[in-house]
Amino acid sequence: MSKKLLALTGNDAAAYAMKQINPDVVAAYPITPQTSLMEKFAQFVADGELDTEIVLVESEHSAMSACVGASCAGARVMTATSSQGLALMWEIVYIASSYRLPIVMPLVNRALSGPINIHCDHSDAMGIRDSGWIQLWAENAQEVYDNLLQAIRIAENSDILLPVAVNYDGFIISHAIENMYLYDDAEVKKFVGEYKPKYTLLDPKKPTTFGGFDLPDYYFEHRRQMADAMSKSAKVIADTAKEFSKICGREYKFIEGYKLEDAEVAIVALGSTVGTARAVVDELREKGVKAGLLKIRMFRPFPENEIADALKHLKAIAILDRADALNAVGGPLFDEIRAALYKKSTMPVVNYVYGLGGRDMGLVEINKVYSDLAEIAKTGKAKDLVTYLGVRE
Amino acid sequence: MAKTEKVKAPSWKEVVIGGINPDAGSAMKYNSGTWRTFKPVWSEEKCIQCSLCWINCPDSSIMIKDGKVCGMDLVHCKGCGICAAICPVKPKKAIEMVKEEK
Repeated sequence: MSKKLLALTGNDAAAYAMKQINPDVVAAYPITPQTSLMEKFAQFVADGELDTEIVLVESEHSAMSACVGASCAGARVMTATSSQGLALMWEIVYIASSYRLPIVMPLVNRALSGPINIHCDHSDAMGIRDSGWIQLWAENAQEVYDNLLQAIRIAENSDILLPVAVNYDGFIISHAIENMYLYDDAEVKKFVGEYKPKYTLLDPKKPTTFGGFDLPDYYFEHRRQMADAMSKSAKVIADTAKEFSKICGREYKFIEGYKLEDAEVAIVALGSTVGTARAVVDELREKGVKAGLLKIRMFRPFPENEIADALKHLKAIAILDRADALNAVGGPLFDEIRAALYKKSTMPVVNYVYGLGGRDMGLVEINKVYSDLAEIAKTGKAKDLVTYLGVRE
Repeated sequence: MAKTEKVKAPSWKEVVIGGINPDAGSAMKYNSGTWRTFKPVWSEEKCIQCSLCWINCPDSSIMIKDGKVCGMDLVHCKGCGICAAICPVKPKKAIEMVKEEK
């Protein structure tokens, strides 16, 4: 294992991972806050550091379409997007997963319009949560890099063959500079290996049809296969993390608890907020408050049992959602975690919708959540099931 | 004429993933001639073997043997009637559209 320590932004980290992966084809369109990723990657290609074919398209709909075409042809394919770009890809996002094409895509999370906003929230990723894409989430630039390298192996596993989105927070992770480790080119090359597609469009000896009409007599069976691949992917993700630990020195889990074992109250979150919450947990622990934290790294497939087991001993839980489902009930993470806890616990679970459109989520806001939790744990009752945290009243 | 295969539909564990069809030319096996209201009826006596029906058929439902029209492939014919409309034989055409009897 050889590592070098560098200061990079999250987008630089993603571009570096893509450089080391050296995909056959990348089709992408620039969109804030993804743009600097593709600029960096295009620079690597222009400098002759790798031999990827870059397809510069006129929209994200075409970007994902070109990716689907290239992947059907048997290429190792990547793209990247954010927000409206993902929304424009939506139709083809579903086609990529349904054709079982192992496309890997950094998804730099940004609010969806409107009103127009370019800053971080998770509404773009939540928009494709039911699309059959595996979703990994990163807390910092290091995890962006590490998750991307693992994503290739997960997507291309012959039992899985589903596309993977590697999520990270726009600007907060994508544009902020952090110290992080990069691994040796040869080690990464060996780890990601070579992609050998089972069916390819460009094999004259074995002609195949992709994208046939799938009427009521076959469609359901193909969707059932996708559900099966999604449930099998959890094991592949775990195995890949184990193997990757030989390179990176630590093993990625589906979920990661922080001071959770002996905690009485805890919050659950995705993305960069987990890092901020760690600092709050440390502060509270010094004051003798038994606070804990649970990070969700793997959101699709949803690790229901692991989450329920990690949380069942608590007295009160707050789920932080950086996206509102606008269902008048709460955010998407809240809904799924409440369902996961059903029958395992009757503890109060509350939801905080926060940080929409890049609204800051600082120590003060997270402290407020923990102090609410302390009250709920004491009384066993929550005043509000859903709180909009940081909104002006 | 290709015969439609009557086999038990495969389970989700058996079908090829992704809706991929690994068998080239398998459209011949699929009975797509179930939409018809009218079917073409061909008369060997009246036919002058001009092949206009064959070249105009939007599917491939005019059967040819030894360079001559020999019948209609009703497994794939959708009943569009182009063959009958294009047939130049007078006064009565060599292809007529007749209501399908189920």
